[in-house]
Order: sequence, then C-alpha cells, then structure tokens
Amino acid sequence: MLHSADATRSFHRSVGRRRAGRQFAAVALLLSSRLLLGPARAASTAGEGWTVEVAPGLHVHFGAQQEADSANGGDIANIGFVVGQEAIAVIDTGGSVAIGNRLLASIRAVSSLPVRYVINTHVHPDHILGNAAFLPEHPVFVGHAALTDALARRGGFYIAALPGTIGAAAAEGAALVPPSLTVTGTTRLDLGGRILTVEAEPTAHTDNDLIVRDEETGTLWLADLLFVNRVPALDGNLGGWLKALDRLATLPARRAVPGHGPVVEDWPAALEPERRYLETLRRDVRAVIAAGGTVEQAMETAGRSEAGNWLLFDRYNRRNVAAAFVELEWE
Amino acid sequence: MTLQGLLTRIHRRDVVMTAPRLLLASAALTLPPALARAASDERWPSIRAALFGERPIEDAGDRLDLATPPRAEDAAIVPISFAAHAANEGPEAVRHIHLIIDNNPAPRAAVFHFPAGGALPQLATRIRINEYTPVRLIAETEGGRLLMTERFVKAAGGCSAPAGKDQVAALARLGRMKLNGAAAVRPGQPATVQVLISHPNNSGLQFDQMSRTYVPAHYVTELAVLYGGREIFTADSDISISEDPSFHITFVPPQADTLAVHAMDTKGGRFEGSWPLGGGANG
Repeated sequence: MLHSADATRSFHRSVGRRRAGRQFAAVALLLSSRLLLGPARAASTAGEGWTVEVAPGLHVHFGAQQEADSANGGDIANIGFVVGQEAIAVIDTGGSVAIGNRLLASIRAVSSLPVRYVINTHVHPDHILGNAAFLPEHPVFVGHAALTDALARRGGFYIAALPGTIGAAAAEGAALVPPSLTVTGTTRLDLGGRILTVEAEPTAHTDNDLIVRDEETGTLWLADLLFVNRVPALDGNLGGWLKALDRLATLPARRAVPGHGPVVEDWPAALEPERRYLETLRRDVRAVIAAGGTVEQAMETAGRSEAGNWLLFDRYNRRNVAAAFVELEWE
Repeated sequence: MTLQGLLTRIHRRDVVMTAPRLLLASAALTLPPALARAASDERWPSIRAALFGERPIEDAGDRLDLATPPRAEDAAIVPISFAAHAANEGPEAVRHIHLIIDNNPAPRAAVFHFPAGGALPQLATRIRINEYTPVRLIAETEGGRLLMTERFVKAAGGCSAPAGKDQVAALARLGRMKLNGAAAVRPGQPATVQVLISHPNNSGLQFDQMSRTYVPAHYVTELAVLYGGREIFTADSDISISEDPSFHITFVPPQADTLAVHAMDTKGGRFEGSWPLGGGANG
C-alpha cells in the first residue's frame, strides 16, 4: 500500500539495522505523541525515550511523519544534541518553543554541561522555531551564511502562520533567532575532546543548508538533505540537491541522521530512494518542458511513478513539480 | 493592509524578534470564501468605473476562454491562460486584454496588446494572488466593444510572499531572457513561444524581518515583443505578475526572421533579448 515492490526491495537491502532504526522511531513517535497531549507549556520532565541515543553521546528526537497540525504541535522534524567533554551542541530545535523546551529538558536529563552551540541546519519552521527555548542558555547560534537573509524574508510568514497551523497555545513565544556564527565552507566546533564539523552546502533543499559531521561516532547529520520515507520537499534547487547527494555519497559514515525519518546505516545506499525521486522529477519535468507543456500539465503527471514510495506524497509532489518547473525551464 | 499592521507591531530586542497577537495575524491573512465573495462584489464596481467609466461591458460567453486553477498550489505562481476567438481583422478583432484581479493590492494586473498583424489574442502567464478573488479578463475590440469573462481563484498571500528559493542564483541572473519553443517555429504556421525574464518582480509588499523594512518594489512594467522589427505583442504589467515573468505567446511568422524582446522595470532597468526564428531545423 505504501511502498512499491521496488522500494520494499531497497528498504530490505540492509538487514536488521534499518529495522532497528525504525523501531527506535516508532517507539519515539509513540512516546512523543503521548507527551504532546497536554497543554504546550506543561512542565513535564521530558521523560525517558523522548530522545534516543543513536550513537554514544549523540541523541535524536524523531518528529512525526506528518504535516504540522495542532495534534502534533509542529513536532515533525528530527532534532537532537551531541555531548562532548565540556559542552553540548544542539542540532535544530523543533517547530515550537514547547518542543525546544522539551529538548532542553532531555539534555538536562543526561548532562549538566553547558549548551555552547545551537546549530540550525536550515530556515524551515519545523527545525528552527524552538530556538527561543535556548536563549537562557546563551549559546552561540550557528547557521549557514544565507540563513539570516532567509529568516528575514520568510520568518514573518512562519511566525504568522504558526497559530493557524499548530494552535495559538503551542505557538506562544515563537521567535526568530538568527545565527551569530555563520558558516561559509567549513567550521569546526569543539565540544571538548569532540569536534563537530559543520559544512555549508550550495543551494540544495534550501539555499541555506548545513550538515554536521561527528567524527567521533562517524555520524552524518544531514537534516533535510535527506528525507527517509517522507517525500522530499524541494525549496532550493533540484540540480544542486542532486549534486549535493553526489558529494555526500563520497563521505564516510557509519550512520546518517535525516531531517525526517529513521536513522539509516546502509551508507551510501540510503541516499538512493531520494535520488531516484529527484531524478524522476527532473526527467519528467524536462520532458514536459521539451514538449512545450505548461506547469499545470507538469503538475498532473510529473513524479507520479513515485507516488507509492513516499508518505505525504500528494501533499508535496505538485509543489515540488512547480518548483522544479520554474527552475528547469531556464536550462 | 492588515498584514502590514501586524508586522509594524513586531518589536526588535537585540537580535530577537517575538511575534505578538498571533491570533489576529492568522485571521487577517485570509477571508472565508463567503466573506471574500461579498467583499469582492463591492470592489468590482469601483474598479470598473475607474478603468472603463460608463462603457457597457458584455458577457464574453464563448468568445473568450479563461483557464485558472480553482485553488492554487502556490499563490505566488498561479498559472493562467486565455484565448479570444475573434476575427483577426475588422471591428471584432481583439486588440487589448485587461487582466483584473479584484482583491489584489493592485487589481489591474496587466494589459496585453495585440496589434493588427501581430500575435494571436491568446496568452499563458503566471500571476500572484493575494486573497480569494475573482479573476477577470476584459477584451477590447477594434471597434471599442468590451467583453468580459471571469473565474474565481482560491489562494492567499501571493503578493507578500517572500521572493524565490535561490537568492544567489536570482541575483546572478537578473534581466537574463530565455526563449523556449524556438526550434519548432516554421514560417507560415502558428508558433507558440515562451518568453522568460529573470526578475524578482518584487511587489514592495514583502517585509524584511531583519532590517524591518519592506523589500523595495522592483518589477517589470513594460514588455515588447517584435518580429522582424515590428511589434507583435506588448504588455503593461504590475506587481501581480509572478517572479521571473513568463509569457507564452502565439503568432504566425510570415518568414524566417528575428524575434526581439525589450523589457523595462521600475528602476529604469532595460533588458533585451533576440533570437533568429523559423530558419528550419535547428538544435
């Protein structure tokens, strides 16, 4: 029903480990959805299981594979933190202050070290609107050199749309916190005996994507450069995203943390479903353009062969097609 | 504009901005359909009076086809296409088509001109839609008759939506033009080509959170397409045309010749492109 035979085969390529990742995700989803039933400001201890230590000192909270709404409170992206010997780095803060607060509580459940860095992998609201929860920690907010401008252009819309999306109570306190440390190329963050390498990508998922590499555990935190099970959302440059995947595939990794979906260990094969979707999109849209077709025609047909492979396909594919179309018609 | 009213209340504290009165904000951005229809019924009479005075406007019926999506995927890129069915010459020939989006900040989105012997009175383009709204075409004939057709489109936020996805690429490309469909052009046969101009078409209604100012208006105002040195299509356009203005036009080239496009924007920017067409099979 959800996956075509091809997708099922590729998912089963890795034995056991991917299934374990999904089990983590399923458990985390279950727990997180229970925790979100109360009012947004409930002073809950995060509780065990809200984050999962997917590698030593590297903790992930798995967001729901859903569109943001009042039931999930905007908790739809993967966020987490890395613990060094002297300090902690947060990677993305979630879709609301409540989620950011819960992440901070999870941190305090495992360590009292200072949060030295909050790394925002990109501008999208499900990854960045929890930033305000970390202000009392006085961290350095880290982002792509283009993130401040992206926040300037889009942040107002995200804030204004939030109460309508996740409810007024959950949206309370949401604020735009731009980076004070911007990354062009590569920046290394020292957590005390543990280095995180933050790399700025050329335009791919957005024009302000960062990835984080944890050398200690061989983990690539790819954020929304990788979508697993959920349809990728194109909000940057299709050609650039495919080039980024080419480069990422050459990096050594024991596991990759996607922006949406379970951790993957089958590397770099885990990039293939997304690459296939993006290449299908490109091929189909190019064909419509070459035949003199319009963006409306493309939205009806392009990418449809991938429909069975992805969650939320019908919510995003047409938008992806339109974005790809206005990019590719310049070729 | 209520969005403007909201945004002026955001206070800057060091590097942090917090959003007040969020409930008010979300209510302000869209009108429920019933309310939108009532509101727009009120706008059209004053728009009509301003543009056409007392002139009678007939229902175009099947003389004017207009295609719009009932609900837009992306309010900033709403595809629209139209075709007038009329004689090419004489009093019934269609010479101008006015595109009106009642509930947009600047309702007269564009006026398209189809000189005698020029492009056929048909077009496809992409527009911004700011609220649920009627979209109207008023065709003006050689003899001065006005014919109108309309559709209703559900979309919101198109005019104030932020500029595109890749700022670096957009800046590098400003003013560049592309012509799609050139290879298929043959003398004596109708040819549809797409003119693309790389331009942010900033409406002046997009708010920059960091500088707390509006991104200045910067949009294409005039477009002229010439074939063999003769104007075949011109357009006066405004902020309702989407970023990277795109126009599909159809004409019958009498012989192989050069298509030239001239465009002008609000900052006095002038852009040009030219392409040889109809010369037989090429690339």
